[in-house]
Amino acid sequence: MIHLLSLQGVSKVFVQGRHEVRALDNIILDVAEGECLAVVGESGSGKSTLANLVLGIYPPSTGTIAFRGEVLPAKRELVHRRAIQLVQQNPLSSLNPQRSIGASLRLPLDVHGLGERGRRGDHVGQLLEEVGLPADYAGRSPSSLSGGERQRVAIARALACESELVVLDEPTSALDVLVQARVLKLLNDLRSRRGLTYVFITHDLSVVRNIADRVAVFERGRLVELNPTEKIFSDPDHAYTRRLICAVPVVTADEVRLRDRLMKKENTSA
Amino acid sequence: MTAPSLLIRDLHLAFRGWAGQVDVLHGISLHINKGERVALVGESGSGKSVTARIVLGLLQQTRSARVSGLVAFEGRDLARMTEAERRRLRGNRMSMIFQDPMSSLNPVYRIGEQFHEVLERAEPGIGPVAARDKAAAALADVAIPDPERALDSYAFQLSGGMNQRVMIAMALANEPSLLIADEPGTALDVTVQAQTLELMRDLVAKHHTSVLFISHNLGVVREFADRVYVIYKGRIVEHGCTADLFADPRHPYTRALLAAVPRITGEGIPEIDDVSEAYFQPLVVHEGCEEPEVEA
Repeated sequence: MIHLLSLQGVSKVFVQGRHEVRALDNIILDVAEGECLAVVGESGSGKSTLANLVLGIYPPSTGTIAFRGEVLPAKRELVHRRAIQLVQQNPLSSLNPQRSIGASLRLPLDVHGLGERGRRGDHVGQLLEEVGLPADYAGRSPSSLSGGERQRVAIARALACESELVVLDEPTSALDVLVQARVLKLLNDLRSRRGLTYVFITHDLSVVRNIADRVAVFERGRLVELNPTEKIFSDPDHAYTRRLICAVPVVTADEVRLRDRLMKKENTSA
Repeated sequence: MTAPSLLIRDLHLAFRGWAGQVDVLHGISLHINKGERVALVGESGSGKSVTARIVLGLLQQTRSARVSGLVAFEGRDLARMTEAERRRLRGNRMSMIFQDPMSSLNPVYRIGEQFHEVLERAEPGIGPVAARDKAAAALADVAIPDPERALDSYAFQLSGGMNQRVMIAMALANEPSLLIADEPGTALDVTVQAQTLELMRDLVAKHHTSVLFISHNLGVVREFADRVYVIYKGRIVEHGCTADLFADPRHPYTRALLAAVPRITGEGIPEIDDVSEAYFQPLVVHEGCEEPEVEA
């Protein structure tokens, strides 16, 4: 079986003067088509390095990254850049403040030469409607939108060039909880409607529980656990995963019980 | 009966701008008794942080801000104090911890020098040696492994968690009676956040410090606060003891807010309106949580 994305022994070493920082160490990871893989870990775990490698912002130091079975070159072709897109944490800094929403959404269409030139304006309107915004938002500027609306625009932009794999880097952590619920819902809908594949990078395990099919847990550049979501939250293999789950501030009595159960396990295994 | 550490009654705030007046707070009332941990929870733009700035007496100086209503600190009306009196309170009787420790510490001074400045607020003549001893003890209190080394460091040489601990140590160094914590730890990793909250809870219990805890994170509030006020668009919508409010949320907005939090037990993502008329329904107060009488 050919995976949509496949990382084979990927390492990334950053050299700072005489220091070497091994940001990712021998990562072996496959992502199936249509799945949502969550990548979790604390700061410095290598989550963002992984995102940058997948997006081709820099090449791996060793190992290969393959997309649909084809090893990606260090310098990506336009077609690869089209297929893999990014949604960042803060839409205010990822959308150009000088450019209208419509212009931001049209740019990827122009760059990748998608659709007829004359129909691209309509296409922008359709994209906005697909993410739950009115088509006439095309004429507005990012600063006139709320945080949730801006994140919807950022999602629409990632979808504009018919991407297949979307790297979501903390897409909802800057949003209020009510807005977050709606954006997560949108991401779920889009995934099933468009058959998208997500690499969902986050530190929020409660979000992961409700959106991911599988979870990859990173600790200091190493992949310490890779399991289906169900398994991660009921019977995690690694003590670090347990610690991460137990640190989540929770709101219901059921959650407290789950946490207590995991904590007990942590103590007996230690 | 002693006066509550903080009493806010019918507080209004509006900003006057070129486009007219923008109302931010529509008459909120809350109180914090001595040694109590009270949370003010709401979304961005609900008026949480401006409330903190009014309590500190900072917004009163802003010319475009119009503040009315009563804010009393330990029974003393802030509006009747002079600016100098209010300034003496800050960093001394009341102190604040901000969300992002990196941007609240000065990057060009060592931690020790900044700590000296903090201690001078309470003890103007304190010398560098005495200040250093006191600071080292305060840092040891927040479980910083090598206080001497931390005092000689700059903020950027310490990790986010360490900086947050330094902030907590500074905020508590002068034994304030009121601590305002504005989203502490949200910039930190979950495991570090859990540790800092635990540490903060132990310390305020030890010193009987009253805390106004401002947060948008309901999980954190549940674990930290004794009592909770839920604020929506400048109005308090629900008030109760933490356990009651989480077990039995009564206001439509509180219910929506609670339902929207993703669960680690995995119940999917709920369908929730982010705006609704029902969110403007009047205040719900849980039994035994009425506002105290204002003593004239």
